[in-house]
Amino acid sequence: MKAKDYKSRVKPIWCPGCGHYSVLNALTKAFSQLELNPVDTVLVSGIGCSSRLPAYINTYGFHGIHGRALPLATGLKVARPELEVIALGGDGDGFSIGGNHFIHACRRNVNILYIVMDNEVYGMTKGQASPTTPELWDQSKLTPRGPEVPPFQPCAVALAAGAGFIGRAHSGDPKGLTQLICQGMDHPGFAFLHVLSQCITYCPEQQDWKSITHEIPPVTSDRALAMQNILQDDGFGKGIFYCQPRAVWPHLPGGAILTGPSSGGTDQIEEIRQQFAVHADA
Amino acid sequence: MSIIAAGNKPVTIVICGSGGSGVASLGELLLKLIARRGYYGILKKSFGPQIRGGESAVALRLDTKPVHAFDDRINLLIVLNWSNYARFKHEFPLPPKTSDSSTSMLTIQDSQAGAPEDELKPMADALSVASLPFMEKAQEVPQGRANILLLGFLARCLNISLKQAQNLVTQRFRNADNETQLGLATSAEIGYALAEQWPDKDLLTIPQAQDRHTDSWLATGNQLAALGALEAGVRFAAAYPITPASDALEWLAQELPKIGGHLVQAEDELAAINMVLGAGFGGVPAMTATSGPGLALMTETMGLAVASETPAVVLNVMRGGPSTGIPTKSEQADLNLALFGLHGDAPHIVLAALSIPDCHTTSAWAVQLASQYQTLAIVLSDQFLGHSMQVMQSLGKINEQARLAKPPRTSGQETAEDTAYLRYLDTATGISPMAVPGDPACIYTADGLEHKESGTPSPEADVHARQLEKRQRKLEPIRKSALWAEVSQFPDTPATDAHQPRAAIICWGSVSGAAREAAQKIAESGDPVRVIAMRLLAPFPKRHLEESLRGIDSILVVEQNHEGQFSRYLASQFPALPFATYCQPGPQILTASIIARKFNARFTQRSRQNQEDRG
Repeated sequence: MKAKDYKSRVKPIWCPGCGHYSVLNALTKAFSQLELNPVDTVLVSGIGCSSRLPAYINTYGFHGIHGRALPLATGLKVARPELEVIALGGDGDGFSIGGNHFIHACRRNVNILYIVMDNEVYGMTKGQASPTTPELWDQSKLTPRGPEVPPFQPCAVALAAGAGFIGRAHSGDPKGLTQLICQGMDHPGFAFLHVLSQCITYCPEQQDWKSITHEIPPVTSDRALAMQNILQDDGFGKGIFYCQPRAVWPHLPGGAILTGPSSGGTDQIEEIRQQFAVHADA
Repeated sequence: MSIIAAGNKPVTIVICGSGGSGVASLGELLLKLIARRGYYGILKKSFGPQIRGGESAVALRLDTKPVHAFDDRINLLIVLNWSNYARFKHEFPLPPKTSDSSTSMLTIQDSQAGAPEDELKPMADALSVASLPFMEKAQEVPQGRANILLLGFLARCLNISLKQAQNLVTQRFRNADNETQLGLATSAEIGYALAEQWPDKDLLTIPQAQDRHTDSWLATGNQLAALGALEAGVRFAAAYPITPASDALEWLAQELPKIGGHLVQAEDELAAINMVLGAGFGGVPAMTATSGPGLALMTETMGLAVASETPAVVLNVMRGGPSTGIPTKSEQADLNLALFGLHGDAPHIVLAALSIPDCHTTSAWAVQLASQYQTLAIVLSDQFLGHSMQVMQSLGKINEQARLAKPPRTSGQETAEDTAYLRYLDTATGISPMAVPGDPACIYTADGLEHKESGTPSPEADVHARQLEKRQRKLEPIRKSALWAEVSQFPDTPATDAHQPRAAIICWGSVSGAAREAAQKIAESGDPVRVIAMRLLAPFPKRHLEESLRGIDSILVVEQNHEGQFSRYLASQFPALPFATYCQPGPQILTASIIARKFNARFTQRSRQNQEDRG
């Protein structure tokens, strides 16, 4: 299938100039390159501008509630491991209301790709500061002096929490973005892709991202070195910070997989029921 | 004097433990022992808040027929420590000094039990308490245990042989080393001998079970709720630990992998319910179990289950609330949350398990309904049902598996445009064919945003009105289900028209056992009573209830909460229906005697008057 065949006929609600258009294009390109079968692919999202994306792609999708894309994707992937499951959303969805799920998804290492389209702002609610907003960004009435707290560090948190693949891309670099999506999908286990995806409606200064993003040191499997690279980076470095596969969860014994409601013979159920039987004294 | 009145009345034994005395496992062993002898029984465990070493108590009620509830009367009270007993004085009260039962309750204290607190002293003094050296004797045996010593003691009191008690202990501790095995066997033997010397040992003897059942089961409500769900097709569970629901989840964690299923321990309840939706969206029947605080956290996602029409089952094992409340004690106080906790107009299914064995039926039904109607089904159980263990006749298998109405098969060559698959198609029944990932030519995006039939988001008024109406309409047939309630009549002999009950007790959930026993008592003194134990709470089975209230002019609603949550709900459904309510919060057990007293105080006189008028 060609990239355009992965697009649905639903028209995006995004503003002109929104970085998410590029992410949508890059996803369809990556799907085409990987020859994904749309029928066996599911995009799961939360709430926010970027979380609208699943409806725009011609695969199965679940547009859930604010902050909960990761657990929903986790339940689906564990129940149906043969499916290709991608979770996605924005910075508020993933790092604020869904922050706990982000940490535990990194730890758990279920085989899904998580794409966060980070524009450092809550766009859908009209421009409030998000966890990644610069400390002194004073453009929101809700935080007139700026958030006054240092921004959340998604890649550092992901690494500390145990993610085996951590990359950053920029929506203004569609080629690099497509490549990172493919690499993230190929990674066995939880892959975190931090995408700088500008919101020029509320943060017009983000148009400069194109000129300030830069390459990072080569990918490493050394966790300490990766942490050093992440912490030394200014937040605009693009590439893979860390890649080191580890055991994918769940570790099902004997390679058993869940095959749906028809699984489990009546014999096994009868055996399970027998634990309650009381054997009368002779 | 016999403690057991003629007519095979049940026997209740209460044991209040001290730290580490192991009364909970004693209770389980004793229940198993009597089950093996062909008796029925129920075991209630009560704990304080401490994890280890705190006070704990068990109550065991034994009978020759199935027993679902406790009553006020205690036949034998064993106090291992009076200061620990004080924590249970409301749950297992000493009889008032003047009552008949103060002379017929056997009371034994351990010789190291200390003295009852001042407030309890007058009642305790009236009891002629025997003092026996359980703890001391157990300490004398290498590897001895007081609870096993008590098992031997109680086996003798119940006319069960020492050999049978020892066999059970050997099986229970089969992995223990020889020295421990010997210590346990010796403990049982010493307990048995101690009972031989106790003058009142034969007062507890229960009648022989007439029909010794050979196919009985021993299980808790939590285990049976989990089993029922599994039999009905659940293959995925997500879990966040919470008392008193955790053991249902622990059971699933152990059993699901045996049939290709899986349980995920989630990071919180928000994650747990979303994982359930993920699996449900994937076509795999899924559940979670929680209690009040967890249910509150799940409510937002429960709204998503309704809006996105995704099957999901939540077993809510209620405890004392609000907030952290009384985590280890039972209450029926989450009804409002289960019925009304969702945002927006969000019709869903709420069921209540009526007894420990009924946890099996009700939870399986919830799984079937959630799949069939593509929505959320909440099962209300409570700590009493969830943690109590019961001897019952073996339960029949659940034969009906959860099924989704899937779209018609396609060749797989069509595109979505060819088949124009409409996930939220407004059909005659309101149930839309549900495709799952992997189904060809049915690609769609599930959405919590209001959506058109295709699933595409839409804020339009007519779309919203139509989808709201569809989601409500699709649940209508559930109201007509025969499983809506268990209706029983006392006396249970076929009533002639002249003796049709004019009084009814309406209850829901776990108080049903006590309500039936109360009706039995009321009926014994003359007035026939109908008990309507409601299993289906939403959608409300209005017609069925109307039908079963025909000819009834006196209604008592009983429930275990402070505000009468069900009563208010009932009044909203039947604004003109006159009824009285007795509601009592946990953790005090709502017993048959209390219900009968409340009923008689309210109705009996009037009902007698009516009968005289008719005569």
